[in-house]
Amino acid sequence: MAKRENNLNLQTGSLVTRFFIGVFVAFMAVFILGPLIWLALQAFSTTWTFPNLKPDGWTLVWWKRVFETPSMVEAIRNSFITAPIVVLVSAVICLPAAYAAARYNYLGRRVFLIGMFAANSFPKLGLFASIATLFYTLNLMGTMVGVIIIQLLGTIIYMTWIPAAAFAAVPKNLEEAARDAGASKFRVFRGITLRLAAPGILVAMVMSFISAFDEAQGTYLVGSPEIFTMPTEMYSLVLTYPVQIAAVFSILLAVPSVILIGLARKHIIGGQLAEGFQIK
Amino acid sequence: MSNATHGLELIGLTKILGGRVIIDNLNLTVEKGEMVSLLGPSGCGKTTTLRMIAGFLIPEKGTVNVAGKDVTNLGPEKRPSAMVFQNYALWPHMTVFKNVAYPLKIRKMGKAEIEKRVHEVLEVVNLMHHKDSRPGQISGGEQQRVALARALVQEPDILLLDEPLSNLDAKLRVKVREDIRDLQRRLGITTVIVTHDQDEALSISDRIAVMNEGRIEQFSTPQDLYDQPATEYVANFIGSLNRIEGGYADGQVIPGNEVVGIRPEDVSFSKSQVAGSYPATVELVVPRGHFHEVYLKRADASLRAFVSIDVPKAGDIGFAKVSKALVYKDGKLVRTA
Repeated sequence: MAKRENNLNLQTGSLVTRFFIGVFVAFMAVFILGPLIWLALQAFSTTWTFPNLKPDGWTLVWWKRVFETPSMVEAIRNSFITAPIVVLVSAVICLPAAYAAARYNYLGRRVFLIGMFAANSFPKLGLFASIATLFYTLNLMGTMVGVIIIQLLGTIIYMTWIPAAAFAAVPKNLEEAARDAGASKFRVFRGITLRLAAPGILVAMVMSFISAFDEAQGTYLVGSPEIFTMPTEMYSLVLTYPVQIAAVFSILLAVPSVILIGLARKHIIGGQLAEGFQIK
Repeated sequence: MSNATHGLELIGLTKILGGRVIIDNLNLTVEKGEMVSLLGPSGCGKTTTLRMIAGFLIPEKGTVNVAGKDVTNLGPEKRPSAMVFQNYALWPHMTVFKNVAYPLKIRKMGKAEIEKRVHEVLEVVNLMHHKDSRPGQISGGEQQRVALARALVQEPDILLLDEPLSNLDAKLRVKVREDIRDLQRRLGITTVIVTHDQDEALSISDRIAVMNEGRIEQFSTPQDLYDQPATEYVANFIGSLNRIEGGYADGQVIPGNEVVGIRPEDVSFSKSQVAGSYPATVELVVPRGHFHEVYLKRADASLRAFVSIDVPKAGDIGFAKVSKALVYKDGKLVRTA
């Protein structure tokens, strides 16, 4: 008997729990999706006056204006130049380091890996300000190179940790078997190690692209007033243009991230990203 | 001095890992076409030795000669050896065909020639029907054969097998072991196989090197190792042994400061007394399948015997005879009696 009552309690209990979970999910949906929906509607509305539930009219004029304003077009172009370059440079610098961290147990290996967090664990603006003074003496302020270097900083952590875990997950004797079969060290790396670690590296590249693409603080500090990318253009844009223009620009800014995450979704959800931070 | 007729020569090999001497001045000569096992418990240095032959480890001292060529300081990719790894180490992103073709592709062989050679070797290991499968889609035994094919396709001067059977189930193990032996004989390829399984070593090898703590205790034919184990360690490791401290004379154990080793198959029990037999009581009989393990109590010693016909019962009283004993002093064989 007592057992049965217990069961009953459990059932009502789970009903109550389910109700609260439902409310919580609904709240979160509104909280997360609400602004996005508002943004999407704004981008196509003539005006939208409070307290109306929908825009007063529909138009594509804001999109046209964005693509007709030279500064905005240039910002879009700059973003699509810097971010891919940052990803490639970051890969060239970080992948060998990631491989070394995964394969060789050298002195200070852990310090190196943890050190990668340094750039991300302090307020960035301080770091950027000191870099900026350095850049002044090197004449890198207001240059593409300066912007690329500053955006590079935020990608390093992704490009070392995630590929390091991916490399570490490649069994050593698969490499040895290739050496035994006659392949040089470089050929083994290219044909076996890199190939097997590719999903992890892909995830790292997507994360790095998003990081570089979204970077605003450092880019603004180093790039302006010569070079604006989409996120830094947003600063002046929200202040000087109608809100609908900002909405259009936000959507444009979100598109690459959404597409890339969609493409790499399988690997991110498959745990490659999570595994990235589990290296011993 | 290297002799071109030797398949493999290890001369004064010493390997130190992490400050510990793993291999200590090891010498071994394998003839061309011979199949030799490195046998020993884990940690005895047999895998380290194999990895030095393959080139994954470079010895601190000593020389590795393969087919008369000094390869001591060459990397694995430059050595005329091919290895089959314990867990096969097949590349999961390549098909069976591509796995086997890889060594030839590296050698920049023509496409038609690669296809011909790979098909030949896949026929040999009986895997043509799986040539387009991936390693993950075939069984452990099949993966093992792919690994073997990948080694054989290189036509190496020496084939190295690292515990090749340990990941297979018991039934399959016996079959694959016969297959490997058969193939090795047919191709006449010099082979070194690392194993901890004495059954495997005894049944497959021309000669066995029994290893202990980085040294070779004895290097001899399976029969010789069994009949004349040079050290107490080898006697214990190969086959079963009654080990009794004392001396040995007239078919019985006498007081002494030697060690007497008696194989259970060299102990017989009978109801009637024969020459050299002494009174004994049966204490316990344990069935072991195709034979029985009989524990006997004699005035001089307790003895274990393997009996397959006329098995006595516990409590039986009769006579036990020892037909052969190995006598060791300071771990070394001094005489057989």
